[in-house]
Amino acid sequence: MGTTALTLMVCVQVTVTLITGYFFFKVLRAPIDKGEHLEMPDPLAEDPDKDLLAE
Amino acid sequence: MTKEKQQWGSRVGLILAMAGNAVGLGNFLRFPAQAVQNGGGAFIIPYLVCFLLLGIPLLWIEWSLGRFGGRGGNHSTPFILNEMGKKTMWKYIGVFGIFTNVAVAAYYCYIESWTLSYVMHSVVGTFNGMDQNAVSNFFTEYVDIEKSTLGIPYEAVVFYLLCLLLNTFILSKGLDGVEKVAKIGMPMLIMFGIFLAIRAITLKSGTDGALFDGVVGLNYLWTPDFNSLSNPNVWLAAAGQIFFTLSVGMGTVHCYASYLNSKDDVALNAMSAGWMNEFVEVVVGASIVIPITVGYFGVDGMLEIAKQGSFALGFKTMPYLFAQWGPILAPIAGVMFFGLLFFAGITSSLAMGTPWMGFMHDEFGWSRKMGAWSFGLFVLIIGLPTVFFYNYGVFDEYDEWAGTNSLFVFALAETILFAWIFGYKKGWEEVKLGADFKVPEFFKYVIGYVTPTLLVIVFLANIIKPDGNNWGAAFSNLFTDGWILDDSSLIKKITMSSLRTEIAQTTDATHLEFLKKKFNYTLLARGILIFSFALISYLVYRATKLRKKTF
Repeated sequence: MGTTALTLMVCVQVTVTLITGYFFFKVLRAPIDKGEHLEMPDPLAEDPDKDLLAE
Repeated sequence: MTKEKQQWGSRVGLILAMAGNAVGLGNFLRFPAQAVQNGGGAFIIPYLVCFLLLGIPLLWIEWSLGRFGGRGGNHSTPFILNEMGKKTMWKYIGVFGIFTNVAVAAYYCYIESWTLSYVMHSVVGTFNGMDQNAVSNFFTEYVDIEKSTLGIPYEAVVFYLLCLLLNTFILSKGLDGVEKVAKIGMPMLIMFGIFLAIRAITLKSGTDGALFDGVVGLNYLWTPDFNSLSNPNVWLAAAGQIFFTLSVGMGTVHCYASYLNSKDDVALNAMSAGWMNEFVEVVVGASIVIPITVGYFGVDGMLEIAKQGSFALGFKTMPYLFAQWGPILAPIAGVMFFGLLFFAGITSSLAMGTPWMGFMHDEFGWSRKMGAWSFGLFVLIIGLPTVFFYNYGVFDEYDEWAGTNSLFVFALAETILFAWIFGYKKGWEEVKLGADFKVPEFFKYVIGYVTPTLLVIVFLANIIKPDGNNWGAAFSNLFTDGWILDDSSLIKKITMSSLRTEIAQTTDATHLEFLKKKFNYTLLARGILIFSFALISYLVYRATKLRKKTF
């Protein structure tokens, strides 16, 4: 195989592989969920005996 | 009817599904054929430049559009585009994002069914002892559905139905089903691909009937012809390859991204899925077909086959070459090669079902099962003509209008919407929202100016492609001969100029009969496509009325 072809192939394929790996592992390490959640906070979470009707 | 909430199970599942959507048969068959015909190793330069200036920006635009639409509960392009464009026109431009998928799935499932059938034929040893002509004829007879290749009457139809049924069944399981297939299919595909690439590179002349080393093919593929860089056709071919390999302009990326949470990252996800597609194409895809074909036919023989198109390389040649590898390795290689093509195909065709399902669910409250089965039925009705009249050009007509030109029109429209109507500065904020990596600011201006301009150039070039594809001669002779269009230019294709000329010049009665039939079936194919587009447009109109009633 010619030197130019071999050099070009190795450079391109190694670069593409490294970039693919970099982004894929960045995805794996990134926080999973930053989405907005619409659930309301539970008003009885802190004080289960709280009288909500009285409020 | 209650609405079922769908969501991606995991981020890796989403990335693999998106990458699976992009990775298709083109990664293994089209890319190497394009590279060897457009400057070998030098093709990679325009190819990567187009990936940076066209591919990545389009991926970000589509992911952002999808998430933007999903925020308002829209999972298909008519109402996603409408939400961003705020004008009725955009709803109907968005129809392309459903129409393209249904029409492409109609013929794409047929290709997928060939891979499934070839897996079976590789296992039972159909290709053993056949010479290259016999293998090539096998494909010709296979698509001529009246001939039976394995004692199964209408084998091509049976496999098509089987494939469509499998797609519909998986789609009826919703995003869970799609995600599971991607999680199994993508690693299998990469594994099979690496095995075959190693085998191709280590192919030695004199063993298993090979005339040349596999690396001779690699050498040809990667030896750069830098003169080709001054040829505009090479740049157009690179832009076209990037465009098709990433599955942009279809509406599938929007649909997948619309199931993200409102502040989920799109920038990193898009980069990861896009680069995974590049890895499969440039590293794995480039190392299989060309080295093996050159190993047996030499460079000239390979070029001759590549000129006949991707199917000639994949279905008419590879089974013969695998058959040379002995009784054990031949079926294994056949199963792996056509198996990887099948996984590449099914992960893409599943994506094509989701925009229709999302639309019917959002607008008419259809359950995912109803959405999936109605998609299957729609595809079956418009897909059967591609199976029955393959030889009369119905398949090619679908590919031309739905699988090529529709994509350009839609991608151009959505880019103009995102960059110039919504505004690239606001659009850039959408891209950066929730981003898990620092997005280079340079791309803000690429999205604003470069990508739309490139798309306009590529589209115009296809419309007015000059005779012989020779741009230099066309410009220099403009004032003497005028602009002479090539038969492959869009204008000439619309008028079926090449077919009309052939009919006028043919004297053989049988061939004339065939050409006349081809002309009529071409019209039929166009009629079906126009009807499908009109039907989806009508559904969008009905949905708009329903929305007005509800609110």
